[in-house]
Amino acid sequence: MECQECHQRPATLHYTQLINGHKTEIQICDVCAKEKGYITYPEEGYSLHNLLTGLFNFESGQVGSPGSHLKKEKELQCPKCGMSYTQFKQIGKFGCGECYHTFSANLNPIFRRVHSGNTEHRGKIPKRKGGNLHLKKQLKSYKAELQELIMNEEFEQAAIIRDKIKELEAEINRKETGDSK
Amino acid sequence: MTLQNFMKEAISPWMREQSPDHDIVLSSRIRLARNFADMPFPIIADQKDLEKIREFFMQEYEHTSFAEYKNFEFVSIRDLTAIEKSVLVEKHLISPLLAKREGAAAALISENEQVSVMINEEDHIRIQLYFPGLQLTKALNKALDFDDWIEEKVNYAFDEKRGFLTSCPTNVGTGMRASVMMHLPALAMTKQINRMMPAINQLGLVVRGIYGEGSEALGNIFQISNQITLGKTEEHIIEDLESVVHQLIEHERKARTRILEQSGIELENQIYRSYGVLEYSRIIESKEAARCLSNVRLGIDLGIIKNVSRNILNELMVLTQPGFLQHYAKKTLTASERDILRASLIRERLQFEE
Repeated sequence: MECQECHQRPATLHYTQLINGHKTEIQICDVCAKEKGYITYPEEGYSLHNLLTGLFNFESGQVGSPGSHLKKEKELQCPKCGMSYTQFKQIGKFGCGECYHTFSANLNPIFRRVHSGNTEHRGKIPKRKGGNLHLKKQLKSYKAELQELIMNEEFEQAAIIRDKIKELEAEINRKETGDSK
Repeated sequence: MTLQNFMKEAISPWMREQSPDHDIVLSSRIRLARNFADMPFPIIADQKDLEKIREFFMQEYEHTSFAEYKNFEFVSIRDLTAIEKSVLVEKHLISPLLAKREGAAAALISENEQVSVMINEEDHIRIQLYFPGLQLTKALNKALDFDDWIEEKVNYAFDEKRGFLTSCPTNVGTGMRASVMMHLPALAMTKQINRMMPAINQLGLVVRGIYGEGSEALGNIFQISNQITLGKTEEHIIEDLESVVHQLIEHERKARTRILEQSGIELENQIYRSYGVLEYSRIIESKEAARCLSNVRLGIDLGIIKNVSRNILNELMVLTQPGFLQHYAKKTLTASERDILRASLIRERLQFEE
C-alpha cells in the first residue's frame, strides 16, 4: 500500500482518526507522518520506565495526584537526597543509595515484579569494599554443604569441607583483627 | 590520540577480529551500572557534585591503560558538536541518553574502542565492554576485571542485600545488562521471530532493535538482552542468555537452509536485486539501505555473493547513519541530501570491494 500523501513511499503507519464520531483511515509513510505532524518523537519513546511507574502505583489504587501528598501528615522522604516516596513513584528512579534504605519497606513488591520474584542480590561482591563479605558468603555455603553431607552420611567429603570451614574462619578472624588495627 | 580517531572509521577495530558464530552474532556486550556511595544519582545531583565526578575521571584515568585496553581517551560531551555526538552514538560508544545530557556528562573510551565508560549518564558510572561474535563469558570476565580496577579508587554504592545500587530499580543487584547483537534475516523473513518473542520474554530476556529501547530492527539486526538483574549471579544470567542465543542461531541456520531449499531461486533473486540497488542507486533511504544490506550480507553468508567482506553490513549500517554521513560531508545535511550521499558512499564502498 502506498502512502496517501506522497504516493511514492510505501505506507508504514496506519491510523484511524475519530473526529466527532466520524471515522477516517489514514495510510501514510513515516516521512510524511513526521512532516504532517501525525507523529512526534518523544525524548525516549515509550520506555520501560513509563511502564514501571505504572507498576509502582498498585498499592491502594491511588495515583499520586498533585497535592495528594500534602494531605498526608508524614510522607516518607529520603534524609540524604530529599526525594519523597511519591516522587520516587512518579519518576520511577531512586535519588541516591540511601533511598534504598528509606523506602526499604515498600521495595520488595516492586523488585519482585521487575525481577521475576527476586528481592535479594546473589551476584558479585565488590572486591575491595566487600571486604570479608566474600569469605562470609563462602562460609555460609560451605556450612550448608556440610549439613547436607552429614545428612547423606558422606563423612569423608564432610571432613574435607569441615577443614575448609576451619581455614576460612581463621582467615576471616585474621582479617578482622588485622583491619581493626 | 584524539577524538578524530573515533570519528575516522565506521567500524571499530575489535569488529575485524575473527570470532565464534560471527555469521549470525555480530557482537556481545556487557554493561555494568555503578554509582559512587556518597553522592546523589545524576538525575537529581547538584551540578557541582557531577562536575567533581567528571574531573575525578579525567584526572585519574585519562591516557591510562588497563590490560589490553590501552590509552583511554577522555571525552566531555559538552565539548562535542551535534554531529560528533551522533557519530559516537551510531558507533555505540555512548548512549543516546548520554549524548543528550549536557553539563558534566563524559566518556572514557579505550583506543581499540572495546571499552567505554560513560560518566554521569543515568548512573554515575556505566562500564561497557564489547567482543565480536558470541563471546559473552569472555566479555563478562574482562568487564568484571575492569570493574575491580575502577573499584580500587571508587567507593561503590553497594548493599549486602540489594547489591549494586542503581538509579533505576530495573538495574539493581548486578547492575549488569548483557546483550547480543544478532543478524536474523531468515527468522524475520519467515516471521518466526515474532512467534518466538513472547517465549523469549518469558525467560526474562528482551528483544529490541539495533539502537536499543524503542528502536526498530533495522537491517534485521536484533538485540537480545537480560531484563532481570537482581537475584541471579552474573554467570547465571549469561548462561540463560547464551542458551537462548544458541537456540536462535540454530533456528536461523535451519530457516536459512529451508528457504534455500524451498525457494532458492527467489532468495537468490532477492539477494542479487538488493545488491543491484546498492550498486546502482543514486538516492537511497536508510531503511531501504538497511534492508538491502541485510540481504547482501545473507548472500555473503550463504556463499551466493562472493568477494565482498562480511563486515560490509556492520560497516555500512553505521556509515550510512545520519551522523556519520554529515561527519563525512563536514556539514549538516537535509534528509534528501543524506539519501544522495548515502547512495554514493555505498556505491563507492562496493566498488572498493571488487
